[in-house]
Amino acid sequence: MTWKGKDMDTSKRNLYCNLAALCLLAVVLYLFDQYGTEYQIRILNNMAVFITLAVSYNLVNGMCGLLHLGPNAFITIGAYTSALLTMSPMEKQMSFIIEPLIWPFSVLQAPFFVSLIAGGVMATIFAFIISFPVFRVRGDYLAIVTLGFGEVIRVLCNALQGVTNGPLGLKGLQPYTNLWWSWGIAVFTIIVITKLVNSSYGRAMKAIREDEIAAKAMGVDPFRHLMLAFLVSAFFCGVAGGLMAHLITTISPTLFTFFLTFNLLIIIVVGGLGSTTGAVIGAALFAWGGEALRVVESPMNFGAFTIPGIPGMRMVLFSVILMVVIIFARRGIMGRNEFSWNWLFTKLGLNAK
Amino acid sequence: MNDFFRLESLVMQFGGLTAVKDFSLSIEPGELVGLIGPNGAGKTTVFNMITGFLTPTSGRVLWQGEDITGLSVHQITARGIARTFQNIRLFSDMTVLENVMVSFHHKVRSRFWKAMLGLPSHGKEERRIRQESYRFLQELNLGHLADEKAGNLAYGQQRRLEIARALATYPKLLLLDEPAAGMNPQETMELADLVLEIRQKHALTIFLIEHDMKFVMGLCERIKVLDYGISIAEGTPEEIQSNPDVIKAYLGEPKHA
Ligand SMILES: Nc1ncnc2c1ncn2[C@@H]1O[C@H](COP(=O)(O)OP(=O)(O)OP(=O)(O)O)[C@@H](O)[C@H]1O
Ligand SMILES: [Mg+2]
Repeated sequence: MTWKGKDMDTSKRNLYCNLAALCLLAVVLYLFDQYGTEYQIRILNNMAVFITLAVSYNLVNGMCGLLHLGPNAFITIGAYTSALLTMSPMEKQMSFIIEPLIWPFSVLQAPFFVSLIAGGVMATIFAFIISFPVFRVRGDYLAIVTLGFGEVIRVLCNALQGVTNGPLGLKGLQPYTNLWWSWGIAVFTIIVITKLVNSSYGRAMKAIREDEIAAKAMGVDPFRHLMLAFLVSAFFCGVAGGLMAHLITTISPTLFTFFLTFNLLIIIVVGGLGSTTGAVIGAALFAWGGEALRVVESPMNFGAFTIPGIPGMRMVLFSVILMVVIIFARRGIMGRNEFSWNWLFTKLGLNAK
Repeated sequence: MNDFFRLESLVMQFGGLTAVKDFSLSIEPGELVGLIGPNGAGKTTVFNMITGFLTPTSGRVLWQGEDITGLSVHQITARGIARTFQNIRLFSDMTVLENVMVSFHHKVRSRFWKAMLGLPSHGKEERRIRQESYRFLQELNLGHLADEKAGNLAYGQQRRLEIARALATYPKLLLLDEPAAGMNPQETMELADLVLEIRQKHALTIFLIEHDMKFVMGLCERIKVLDYGISIAEGTPEEIQSNPDVIKAYLGEPKHA
């Protein structure tokens, strides 16, 4: 039996399908960019940022099977790094009224793309430093250590006024994040992480998730591979943080609490832990639903009586959705399955055989 | 004394319990050696010390002239010692083929970023791994199950997959921890043939633990007996079968004809 002949044909077909899908996405984005309302564009941008976040978060939690609760830390680091780099020295001098911004941030300025990469790199450096204590433990302990790290970063953001401007945050950032940046990075993240997951490295990560003891006995070094996943994930969280900052244009420590991590956790669990497709679907639903469900927070008029708007009602609904999904589909929408053209063609009855 | 594989006075203590006491053994290349003893005698503990899951309280593990005591598990695997587990430990949610492919990872040469960027060099290596893994499956009669989830296999098949996975690390020394456990007599017989076959084909040295006496006596050239962590006998199957200490350890009382 040879794998070759069949492999070649399908991989060529998949390549064409992928290119076609990308072109379609580009057309859709172009149309929205030209004719969409500001509201629609905001939802689409949010969607892309959350897809980037969810796909990279899923690499650690879904593929490696760790309960990492600190992605908000890396998003924060990326957001602040990127924002501090795109602001002009002049703006920074004016914003930092309580305590002046420390050198070298006070004089540095970089183009948006460079600032995003810098955000990712900075997040990766922090991830590298904490990976030593983090990977000494597993399970609940790892959850607590990463959760603690998220809190530490948030507290530092408030306290280190010379770097972050404390609770005042950074305001008036340029709205650089447009559909091309946000979706370009989302697509890049999906491609790169999918390639990693389907490679020998990804297999090693899944083996660690399935049975760490057996994985070691087969020659896999858990520390190196968990760290790899953690750093890659942190890098993309950092980049997404930069995108987020230049989408919202105002950042402050309150934006990056554990709440953000909680949302990401809901997204990947509902989508299906360990499925990149699931992470994409979960993130898209979340970003769209988050806006669509705003109505439940506004006052409602039922003719006879009126309900005043209840802030936070959306989160209640999200939590209910989470519970329903867990009860009826314990492994989320996708389980650990991935979308594939092969699957689609079979469904459509277009596959030979 | 040889330079191939030698255990020197291994001791393993868990708190107050001495699970293994002063265990010494030397194995020649190509030998098939058995380790037997009643439940809780410390057999698996010996395997765990060899493979790095446990660091011996004292004593040394010497492998091809190198002291490998205290190295981590994956380092020892990379040096050519592989094992199977008494309580099956497969990557249940991965396919049978993927289970075997994992064993190739420690030798993968393309760096992770090449994999992430989908460079052709990684793709080429990946295809080679896939094909070689498939060959190991065929060798163990699992070829037709390649795309099945490992967790869905029948018990005997799971045991064979464990062996396939260990073989795929390309070991020189293979440690089998109760490979026949839970198998019926027919399967056990086939397993014995298989063990001889893979030893021949892959030029292996095999060290195995087994409770099935017929299996051990028929297969091994030399047997070591453990009882309460103490090695009470070592010799050919005939010598072991007639050794009064061994009979006592297994039956409690000397047997009167
Ligand atoms: N990690 C550990 N911590 C504490 N005690 C242990 C540990 N591993 C093994 N033991 C103890 O050491 C003794 C020997 O265990 P071991 O698993 O080596 O026995 P065995 O000969 O393989 O038995 P079996 O035939 O039941 O597999 C037992 O009393 C066991 O409880
Ligand atoms: Mg045992």
